[in-house]
Amino acid sequence: MKAITWQGWHKVEIDSVPDPEILNPRDVIVRVTLTAICGSDLHLYDGYIPTMEKGDILGHEFMGEVVEVGKAITNLKKGDRVVVPFAIACGQCYYCQQNLTSLCDNSNPNALQAERLFGSSGSGLFGYSHLYGGYAGGQAEYVRVPFADTGCLKIQNGFPDEQVLFLSDILPTAYMAAENCGIQMGDIVAVWGCGPVGQLAIRCALMFGAERVIAMDDIEGRRGLAAHHERVTTLDSNDPDLLDKLKELTGGRGPDSCIDAVGMEAHGTSIGALYDQAKTATLLATDRPNVLRQAILACRKGGTVSIPGVYAGFVDKLPFGAAFAKGLTFKMGQTHVHRYMQPLLNRIEQGEIDPRFIITHRINLSDGPEAYETFRSNKDECVKVVMKP
Amino acid sequence: MAEGGTFLKQGEQRTYGRFEEAHRLREQSRAVNLGKSEQYGSLILGGGMITAGFARRGLSGAAMIALGTLLVRRGFTGHSPLYERFGVSTAPAIAPGVPDNVGIKVERKITINRSPAEIFGFWRDFRNLPRFMKHLERVEIVDSRRSRWVSRAPAGRIVEWDAEIINEHPNELIAWQSLPGADIENAGSVRFTLAPGGRGTEVKVDFEYNPPGGVFGALAAKLFGEAPEQQVEDDLMRLKQVLEAGELATTEGQPAGRSRKRGRRI
Repeated sequence: MKAITWQGWHKVEIDSVPDPEILNPRDVIVRVTLTAICGSDLHLYDGYIPTMEKGDILGHEFMGEVVEVGKAITNLKKGDRVVVPFAIACGQCYYCQQNLTSLCDNSNPNALQAERLFGSSGSGLFGYSHLYGGYAGGQAEYVRVPFADTGCLKIQNGFPDEQVLFLSDILPTAYMAAENCGIQMGDIVAVWGCGPVGQLAIRCALMFGAERVIAMDDIEGRRGLAAHHERVTTLDSNDPDLLDKLKELTGGRGPDSCIDAVGMEAHGTSIGALYDQAKTATLLATDRPNVLRQAILACRKGGTVSIPGVYAGFVDKLPFGAAFAKGLTFKMGQTHVHRYMQPLLNRIEQGEIDPRFIITHRINLSDGPEAYETFRSNKDECVKVVMKP
Repeated sequence: MAEGGTFLKQGEQRTYGRFEEAHRLREQSRAVNLGKSEQYGSLILGGGMITAGFARRGLSGAAMIALGTLLVRRGFTGHSPLYERFGVSTAPAIAPGVPDNVGIKVERKITINRSPAEIFGFWRDFRNLPRFMKHLERVEIVDSRRSRWVSRAPAGRIVEWDAEIINEHPNELIAWQSLPGADIENAGSVRFTLAPGGRGTEVKVDFEYNPPGGVFGALAAKLFGEAPEQQVEDDLMRLKQVLEAGELATTEGQPAGRSRKRGRRI
């Protein structure tokens, strides 16, 4: 079959690889009908995530048709149309039973490696480095889905793929980011990054009843897409007076919650951002926490910093004194996708949200490698790429 | 609601921990940490010093009597506060099933989201062990206490031994040791304790063995990534996967684009 494989720094290619097979009783094989490139795939493309190996199949946002089922699977059959969550979860461990599926104890075969780095291991993820299990991803014609009986969401409403695909990751991710803000009446939510997750987080924050959302990005087109509603204000994230403007827009209080939908590869022109670039370039630091710094400094006293953006290693010069002095709450982590899929499918069915507005590029899987570059370099007003195998 | 519940659980756990700590310290202050020969040595030396002290008189005599008394007490009780302070013990280990002076010791714990009875039942049927002990080829049951173990050793060797259960408390403890004539002399115990607040069962494994080739053999095994701590850790992780998820998470046999050049870890 055809699959997009990681080959090194800024190098992915379309490869011919063997078809996946059932390896465990709770596996199914899915024929992929639609898949996407995630902003977090760019961290792999840019070489920011350790333990990638040449030839790893990428992709963790995908859906398709079940073509083969393992012998322990009773709730799925051939021909079922399913969306697959990017986190792999057994459904039986303490964390799964607390609905914290991205912290599953049992789905990462390389858990000990992750334990040594982080103290304990999160769940396995599709196509997201060997630290997260080394599972082959879904930017391929076929994919093996482990623990498919807890993982797959059946789609029976006949909605087109494009409308439900993002239940696999970015819609639940954006929703959890907004939910983590604990939005109360009158709250103003600041969102850094108007990429796919940022765009959806803005809409979710409004769904949660935010008084106003302040959306920040350095790309004008993305700010334009964000400003879809009268309760959204946009700011250029490269504005040197960004923090002052945030205060001004919030009556001098600061945003009640701040969402970092950028993560560890934040760009910027501030002294801090240049310092980060120098340090990561010389391998003295792994992550560039420029947005996180701004979020901490901007957030109002007692507010919440919600972090859906990915961090992988060490951050430097975080204003932790400010976080402490202001009594901030931090909420973060890989999304517990499983618990949001059905409720969000219901919202899509009821027309409360239609995530299709972020799709800018519809291509064939074979054109995926170029699309990585287009997406990374923000060419062609690219926000979201979906691919048909 | 959920947060309130979590808070209470944490509080409970803390109280429980403090109680445990106090209990442990009390036990420790009485614990025997001297071997028998050292106890007799203390008695003889102490007795001698007291006698010599009385013969000498004066300040140095009194000092000798005092020191002698301390030594005699040390000999009688088998407890040395000084050893305790430095964490030294010359007393034989009292963990069941783990005989004294066997080579490599490993101790590992894991929490499994199943009841003690379920995990005990699974473990007690030794034929299940190869399902999660990676190096174990098979275990044959001889009778209710004895079993025959066949395992793969480093460098592709096969080793065998007979083992006997030497202690067993249903749903709490199983302890075993190898019988004379074993290729690898070993002993171990596994304990099952209810974890607090519905968190399942804490499984604790103590394992000792005489590695082939002695301590150098163990060192060599470590160099080839066969460190015993890691083996036990790996095995316990697999036990958890088998009991909770019903299968072992794996990627072995999945496709990758590595046909032209071998993958290299960066």
